[in-house]
Amino acid sequence: MEPVRRIEGTMVPLMRSHVDTDQIIPKQFLKRVERSGFGPFLFHDWAYDHEGELRPDFVFNQPEYQSATVLVTGHNFGSGSSREHAPWALIDWGIRAVIAPSFADIFRNNSLKNGLVPIILSDEEVERIAAVAGDPAAEVVIDVEAGTVTAGGVTVSFFLDPFVKHCLLNGLDDIAITLDHESEISAFEAARPGFKPSLA
Amino acid sequence: MPRTLFEKIWTDHVVRSAPGEPDLVYVDLHLVHEVTSPQAFEGLRLTGRGVRRADLTLATIDHGVPTIDREHGISDPRSRQQIDTLIANCQEHEITLYGLDDPRQGIVHIIGPEQGMTQPGMTIVCGDSHTSTHGAFGALAFGIGTSEVEHVLATQTLPQSRPKAMAVNVTGELPAWSTAKDIILAIINRIGVGGGTGHVIEYRGDTIANLSMEGRMTVCNMSIEGGARAGLIGPDETTFAYLKGRPQAPSGDAWDAALDYWRGLPTDDDAGFDFEVGLNAAEIPPYVSWGTNPAQSATVDGAVPAPGDFEDPSEQEHTANALAYMQLEPHTAITDITIDRVFLGSCTNGRIEDLRAAAAVLEGKRVHGDVHAMVVPGSGLVKLQAESEGLDEVFTAAGFEWRDAGCSMCLGMNPDILQPGERCASTSNRNFEGRQGRGGLTHLVSPAMAAAAAVAGRFVDIREWAD
Ligand code: SF4
Repeated sequence: MEPVRRIEGTMVPLMRSHVDTDQIIPKQFLKRVERSGFGPFLFHDWAYDHEGELRPDFVFNQPEYQSATVLVTGHNFGSGSSREHAPWALIDWGIRAVIAPSFADIFRNNSLKNGLVPIILSDEEVERIAAVAGDPAAEVVIDVEAGTVTAGGVTVSFFLDPFVKHCLLNGLDDIAITLDHESEISAFEAARPGFKPSLA
Repeated sequence: MPRTLFEKIWTDHVVRSAPGEPDLVYVDLHLVHEVTSPQAFEGLRLTGRGVRRADLTLATIDHGVPTIDREHGISDPRSRQQIDTLIANCQEHEITLYGLDDPRQGIVHIIGPEQGMTQPGMTIVCGDSHTSTHGAFGALAFGIGTSEVEHVLATQTLPQSRPKAMAVNVTGELPAWSTAKDIILAIINRIGVGGGTGHVIEYRGDTIANLSMEGRMTVCNMSIEGGARAGLIGPDETTFAYLKGRPQAPSGDAWDAALDYWRGLPTDDDAGFDFEVGLNAAEIPPYVSWGTNPAQSATVDGAVPAPGDFEDPSEQEHTANALAYMQLEPHTAITDITIDRVFLGSCTNGRIEDLRAAAAVLEGKRVHGDVHAMVVPGSGLVKLQAESEGLDEVFTAAGFEWRDAGCSMCLGMNPDILQPGERCASTSNRNFEGRQGRGGLTHLVSPAMAAAAAVAGRFVDIREWAD
């Protein structure tokens, strides 16, 4: 993973709550065996009508939002299915951070593994930033180390677990971190009770 | 210090704990399926890593498999590629795979318990959010993403920050025709789709203790629909009786040792939870979802709400969106909603008990002329069991299609999908927009309610209708 220190750019607002991962990337696009290439299908069923025509009123289709890097949205974003294809699709489209009042747990974990930063702010702060994002040209700066979002001339702070932040800032591969503890894993395995199931 | 079931399992699986870092948790069983694993195996390949414990890994194919005409192979080239990829990965890493030619093939959350792989006190993960199902046995089981699948394949562990513990107490006698499905729909209706976020829910109380293992699996299965990391039920004699004699359950001395350990797992009296909710089972009638998330449900004698019934503006908007998508007018009585399709199956309600409950309703009746109904058993073994009991004949005589095992129309990754505007009574777990097919309209119900709706062509209050 590449280190993530600072995210700059513009925003796209999608002010709905409970946007589930079935909406972010519908099941018909989960058949790829790669991690990339999901961007064109992001929010597919909202982006296209039943005839396959682009819906011009959907915010992700509007030309002025095409270069947005930060998504601003409602409560419980990413609920439902554990599909990591959801953060992959957001990233592939160009999103680097998502600002919301709350996230579903698995989506949050999946995002962090891919360097997509989930930022939790209060309802009022999210609303304020969403209002700023109504101007597609409005700029946003996210400083991951300082834990701040600056938009519309206002700076607000957000919390990231220190370990999570450390991994993001340094682009750490957490499998490598775990494998550094190989001797502890082996010791744990040696002490596991014999009645535990095994397919050996 | 009194401890909860969750705390006991967690403590027994911490490989390493350091201040300021997530705990490193050992995984006893890793279940794998074709949709969320290819990129994880690819990751191993790119980094030159292997699978640490193939003996603790079990794979099946379920999400994308056809449920009809299997002998002709899989026609969708992308699904075929995904399935072939899993077969090749399992061969390369010597992982046990229940393939299409194996009677044990089925939905990943049905086969673990069926084989006795799912046991109390274990940690179980799978790249699938309904892994919470296995919590019915008093196992800590949760869904993970593909990067985490890769992590578990490589290390058999996962770094996890410790969730909070929540108790849902359900007490009293469940009324006739109310089922485990109605209990969990009632709970989610109460706590909301995000109500369990960051928590592991332990389901407690005499109503839960009186459920069969199958009913307990239905309850735990939908924990994720309340946003919870996992659901748990304390293991007891019902659990042990279910496990005894299953192919992967311990036997002989190992059984006794296991039983000793299992008996020590239930939550101690006086152990504290971070949050508690109580429900009276006597007040749980059959539920029918009307909206686009599982919290949006009503009792069968109730009606669809209007946006104005809610105070919170975002809830009003959410309700308006759901009604528009579901093509429902505010205040429509649930029993005035007509249906086109019935789907009986999924990891929520695709077990033998579910099929029996539906068949009991269908005995001697016919599916309504405007309804297309199908049964998709949760596993090949469920299918065989049902056939040995003659349930398949009850279903086919009533006009249901009798299919092969898989996820099928629960998510419609295979050809079993709703057409736009088709309305379905479904025993699955998610009524999200487009979940069962783009533009499809899903109502979540219990197997008996689905069977009755199939016959009547609309939702009926089974409590009156069946008499
Ligand atoms: S049956 Fe449905 S919910 Fe269960 S594993 Fe399959 S797709 Fe997921």
